[in-house]
Amino acid sequence: MAERPAHEYTGFLGWVEDRFPLMETWNKHIAQYYAPKNFNFWYYFGSLAMLVLAIQIFSGLFLAFHYKPDADLAFASVEYIMRDVPGGWFIRYMHSTGASAFFIVVYLHMFRAMIYGSYKGKRELLWLIGMLIYVALMATAFMGYLLPWGQMSYWGAQVIINLFNTVPYIGHDLSVWLRGDYVLGDAALNRFFALHFFVPVIVLPALVFVHIVALHAVGSNNPDGVEIKKGPKGNRWSPDAPSDGIPFHPYYTVKDVLGVAVFLLIFFSIVFFMPEMGGYFIEQPNFEPANPLKTPLHIAPVWYFTPFYTVLRAVPDPWWGTVAMFAAIIVLFLLPWLDKNPIKSWRYRNPAHKINLLLFAVVFLVLGWMGVEAVTTVYKELGTRMTQIYFLFFAVLWLHSYPAKVNYKKWFGILLGIVVVYDLVFRLNLEDGAATTQMVLQFIWPVIYLAATLLLPAFVPSFNQEKPVPERVTG
Amino acid sequence: MKKFITRLFLALTLAVPAIGLASEAVKVEKANIDLHNKQSLQRGAKYFVNYCMGCHSLSMSRYNRVAADLGLTPEQVQKNLIFTRTDGELTKVGELMKNGMTAKYGAEAFGNAPPDLSLEGRLRGGDWIYTFLKSFYKDPTRPLGVNNTVFANVGMPHILWELQGMQELQHEEAPAEGAHAAANAHAEPKLVLSQPGKLSPTEYDRMVLDITNFLVYVSEPGKLHRQAVGIWVVLFLLVFIVVAYFLKKEYWKDVH
Repeated sequence: MAERPAHEYTGFLGWVEDRFPLMETWNKHIAQYYAPKNFNFWYYFGSLAMLVLAIQIFSGLFLAFHYKPDADLAFASVEYIMRDVPGGWFIRYMHSTGASAFFIVVYLHMFRAMIYGSYKGKRELLWLIGMLIYVALMATAFMGYLLPWGQMSYWGAQVIINLFNTVPYIGHDLSVWLRGDYVLGDAALNRFFALHFFVPVIVLPALVFVHIVALHAVGSNNPDGVEIKKGPKGNRWSPDAPSDGIPFHPYYTVKDVLGVAVFLLIFFSIVFFMPEMGGYFIEQPNFEPANPLKTPLHIAPVWYFTPFYTVLRAVPDPWWGTVAMFAAIIVLFLLPWLDKNPIKSWRYRNPAHKINLLLFAVVFLVLGWMGVEAVTTVYKELGTRMTQIYFLFFAVLWLHSYPAKVNYKKWFGILLGIVVVYDLVFRLNLEDGAATTQMVLQFIWPVIYLAATLLLPAFVPSFNQEKPVPERVTG
Repeated sequence: MKKFITRLFLALTLAVPAIGLASEAVKVEKANIDLHNKQSLQRGAKYFVNYCMGCHSLSMSRYNRVAADLGLTPEQVQKNLIFTRTDGELTKVGELMKNGMTAKYGAEAFGNAPPDLSLEGRLRGGDWIYTFLKSFYKDPTRPLGVNNTVFANVGMPHILWELQGMQELQHEEAPAEGAHAAANAHAEPKLVLSQPGKLSPTEYDRMVLDITNFLVYVSEPGKLHRQAVGIWVVLFLLVFIVVAYFLKKEYWKDVH
């Protein structure tokens, strides 16, 4: 067994340090962890995600003191918390706002990784663990949403569990197994409550732990995508630390305190002044108790699931829609192997790549918007086109890995051809005139998308021009 | 490059409305809810227990909480607002505002059991409740003789008809010719008071507003308290942000 480093701590701290690597761990991960000095706005969201996790776990614990996971009592017990438990409304609004805040923070954290290529340079595993956190988070949020036992809780869960019905051969048995019953009811509510406690309290913190272990093993990326560990050594704190690194504590701890303060200002403004957030954080139909005999006219999942809900609805066949929805999540796992460009940060990638990322963000937002709207011919087509672009993004990302070599015009033809063939084979229904018209009209979206990301760099050389990556971090 | 991206965004955002967005919803009148108006809330509570509570419970609300929030003493509430019995005895002031109607009886009498209204103010909103209570009209084809423009074929009778009187739905007769015909083709049917009640329309509006105000209050009794606390939280955080900002600046002086 390796010897532990000698220490100079005395007194109680010394006594502890002889027996437990307390300060050793503190130093390794906080006080002497050298992070690049050029973190910007985008680097607040990792620590904020941990803050929200803590808020959710502790507010959730206090809710669980009073909540009753029983189909007859659940709805009233939530209102009991809101009215009769001292401060209960505060705990509950923190928890309901925290759920949405978690996704906002995590989506920004993920987009940060995409724009600065933070999944590159031996950080593939870091990204994969992060994706597992995201999936665990979605599972947790989904199960938590059933617990208030309102109409939207009930019918939202009904829609999602029924997806498993569409699995060939085993679908029916699978969905019965998941529900614990033939219908969504008390059995499902009980196990969702158990899982909603188990996953975020055991699984999520464990995943967050390994996420940070992996991060600290490789070192943090930064907005320039420069590996500070490969740069010169020596700074004013240590002769062998990277010159462009600064100790995480106190520099990033004080900076994160500022980030936390601003975040809490927004968070508590919502908690105290608009906890329903216009029906997006707490949906109005959820103020009505679950009623298995009364289907709401319009079932919309909570906003953070709506992009994937649109993907689901974009494919008419339920089974393939389900496959598409899960594929939309799984394909994110593959990012490190799709984007093979050695340049990490979009600052030095070609402008076409920047456009690709920005359009992806726009498409994700439009997909989310479509998921809360009722289906009309126009919206259905828009959702379908955005779904197509969502998947095209990953192909384009791969093509942008090799800007000097790739034949953009050929790939423009191939990708647009795939869209056309898909439309003609699977979607064209001439009997539905309105849908066909929309299909033709909104064909413009994939054309614009592919033209902006593939034709532009093909015809305008400046859009394909990468910039030299600096040796050291800037700013 | 930046210019190009801006233009691209602009083009995309402009194109979306161009492909046509449409949504229809029932038009509701603005109720002008005022949760600070305790007299209105007290009147609303009085009207509710007198006119509504025979069928609609407020099973998540307690009498003494209503008393405390509306500036009434428990004795006043016990004397004036409690008409129900629990296990044979007069309901106590600490109990939930339930009534004697079973769901089964309600369903037999009205087709659907009258819903509990504890959260109606958050489910439908004040404007909806206000408009709904003003939108009953005579419709001999319905079992109870009335219908509602906000909630078509509602099972609820017009419980306040003696006070409001009875309205009738009048379809505007379209003028025979000219531009008016086109305009009136889309005109909505109007509710006209055909048989006046005990209250003038203004008095009735005020009564309905009081009931609505009370129901909105009851849907989240702690709302005013929540906002009052929130102001201090926000003020604290604003000060804290300033402190945190200068602390960060001070530390980061060394980073070059």
